[in-house]
Amino acid sequence: MRNFSVLDLRTKGFYPPPFSVRDRMAERFDAIVVGAGPAGSAAALTLARRGFSTLLVERGRAPGAKNMFGGRIYAWPLAGLVPDWRKDCPVERAVTRETLAFLTEDTSLALTFDSPQTLQDAGASFTAIRATFDAWLAKKAEAAGATLIAGIRVDDLWREDGRVRGVVAAGGDRVASDLVVIAEGAASVLVRKAGLKADLEPREVSVGVKETIELASETIQERFGVGEGEGAAHVYAGQASMGLRGGGFLYTNRSSVSLGLVVSSEDLSLRKISIEELQTKFRLHPAVQKLIKGGKVVEYSAHLVPELGAGMSPRLTADGVIVAGDAAGFLINNGYTFRGVDLAIASGIAAGEAAEAARSAGGMSASNLKVYEDFLRSRNVTTDLERFSRTPLYLKNARLFDLYPRLLIEIAERMYRVDGTGQSRLLEAVLRETKSADVPKLRLLLDLLAGARSM
Amino acid sequence: MSSAPPVRQSTKPLRIVACIKQVPKAEELQVDPKTQTLKRVGVPSEINPPDANALEIALSLKDRHGAEVTVLSMGPTSFDEALERAVAMGADRAVLLTDRILGGSDTVPTAYALSETITHLGGYDLILCGEETTDASTGHVGPGIAGHLGIPQITYVSELLLEDGGVRARRTAEDGTEWWRARMPCLATVNFGCNSPRDPSLTGKIRVKRGGLVTHRSCADVGIDPTKVGLLNSPTIVAKVDTVRLPSRTGKVFRGDPKEAVRQLLEALRADRVILP
Repeated sequence: MRNFSVLDLRTKGFYPPPFSVRDRMAERFDAIVVGAGPAGSAAALTLARRGFSTLLVERGRAPGAKNMFGGRIYAWPLAGLVPDWRKDCPVERAVTRETLAFLTEDTSLALTFDSPQTLQDAGASFTAIRATFDAWLAKKAEAAGATLIAGIRVDDLWREDGRVRGVVAAGGDRVASDLVVIAEGAASVLVRKAGLKADLEPREVSVGVKETIELASETIQERFGVGEGEGAAHVYAGQASMGLRGGGFLYTNRSSVSLGLVVSSEDLSLRKISIEELQTKFRLHPAVQKLIKGGKVVEYSAHLVPELGAGMSPRLTADGVIVAGDAAGFLINNGYTFRGVDLAIASGIAAGEAAEAARSAGGMSASNLKVYEDFLRSRNVTTDLERFSRTPLYLKNARLFDLYPRLLIEIAERMYRVDGTGQSRLLEAVLRETKSADVPKLRLLLDLLAGARSM
Repeated sequence: MSSAPPVRQSTKPLRIVACIKQVPKAEELQVDPKTQTLKRVGVPSEINPPDANALEIALSLKDRHGAEVTVLSMGPTSFDEALERAVAMGADRAVLLTDRILGGSDTVPTAYALSETITHLGGYDLILCGEETTDASTGHVGPGIAGHLGIPQITYVSELLLEDGGVRARRTAEDGTEWWRARMPCLATVNFGCNSPRDPSLTGKIRVKRGGLVTHRSCADVGIDPTKVGLLNSPTIVAKVDTVRLPSRTGKVFRGDPKEAVRQLLEALRADRVILP
């Protein structure tokens, strides 16, 4: 065993001089995807299928561990990515009932749309839990050949001579690649380090909070009037956000509901209201209480939500770089639907397609990657974003969140109230309320027009 | 010195073996109230913290001088998790000695089996172990390995330097620290908390994913004598484990006039001899 002599070691310079272990062990891939959320996993899956050696790096201890969203996913882009997704996708409930509700302090006015569509529909949507959904999609990427590494933070792009050569991970560890797909989410550090976007401004982001409240699945089916496997999606305006720009949501999972708010961070700081306070008031609103009564809050989460709108998005490509998902500001909040995950998945697919096209065109230069924008358009990501691009501005109109919900409810109250003092006809009710409300008719008309146009 | 073995090539790096154990996470330790033994199933686990300190010494020697670090453990295949983490931190390879006949081994067979495995693996210059494990706290295994191999050992080491074919190590003693020298090959057991073990790196995790760096050995592979291991060949038995139950705390809020409340609080603290009159 002691197969060498101590004397040998005495020779000066026995031990090799210090050298960089990192250089010796340098790893390289064709593409590195940063973030194993829906955008990142969709990009990694698409890239791996197209023959790219792909590294998918996730900061959380597992995909989905750090992610947050309202709770609902529009399924359309999944069909192209995982054709048999219905077989094992961790769906909580298929959404069959949509409700838009306006709240005042103690009343609510709701519009409900029953659409008994199943998951088989092209327009299907479902509720999901990110810890399981993201893990599922990341697994598909792994099955396609991508290398998934979780629990590692990527600190920077590895740049040399103005070119991106890979990523720099925590501890200064470098891994090389021709392409980096940034799919880091709303608070992406890399888009800023890549010089694709300046620091986030408060007006560009909202704050999202969500409570997961446990309820028996029979209770959910009873209270929301849905069958087994069916679910409800509620969007709340008005007092839900105490008149601040934003709104509330409630989605039913199998045996829990996701209840939360998305509120302008600018308004929160201007009005000095804490989001916890808003969420508590919202949870205690009678219209919400009756749905969640007896439930137990088992999880609380908060996250930034990009409110960039198409006009303020970061640049989407650079030499060796593509930006996808929330990091690119791909989120639509038009007042009655919140869309993020579907756009993320579609943009991830587009990123993979763009990489393949760029490879055929000779490399991952910015000019070759520009084709990403065409793929985004053909997948209706940017087209939808542009269509609703006025929405963020329209939603900036505070009257929409405060005055108009109150107005609508007062009209409803006049219509339905019979107390012997004389009932109003609909038109009378509308005219009387708009007159007494402190808003000029012209202003109201313009707002309505702006709203109709953007929605 | 005609009898000296052939001179090693100077490019051949130092060979370090770091012995680690996977233990239930310290903050999640639970004693089964029925069996009075540690719960090991369904509890999050980690590299035994002193072993992680030993591994960190091995890896920083590798950073400074270049070394080949082999991580060794003995236990069920669930220990792969700790071994993979060790490779992701920067170890070159990891070996798990795993065999049913090892079940129930106490520190005597364990030290024997590990020393046989180290011999089986080939040459070594330095063996590093944690001072003890957080789940058994005997501190036997490291010295036991050194005994079986017949090599010098330095225990309770918090710093280790290479010099002239040997090591110089700072040893924690009851009343201060001592500096010891030993020629290599030798063994050191490392103090808990003497350094901060690095996190796994991206490159390290990729190497683990690529596979082949964590391998298993059975007793037969190594040539371990089955009559020297296992529960029956372990001289110690756990006779009884007592759990200490902390007295429950009661809170008391002193209300009313602040001056009066503070006076009452002080009185109560004096009565309980928390403060002196």
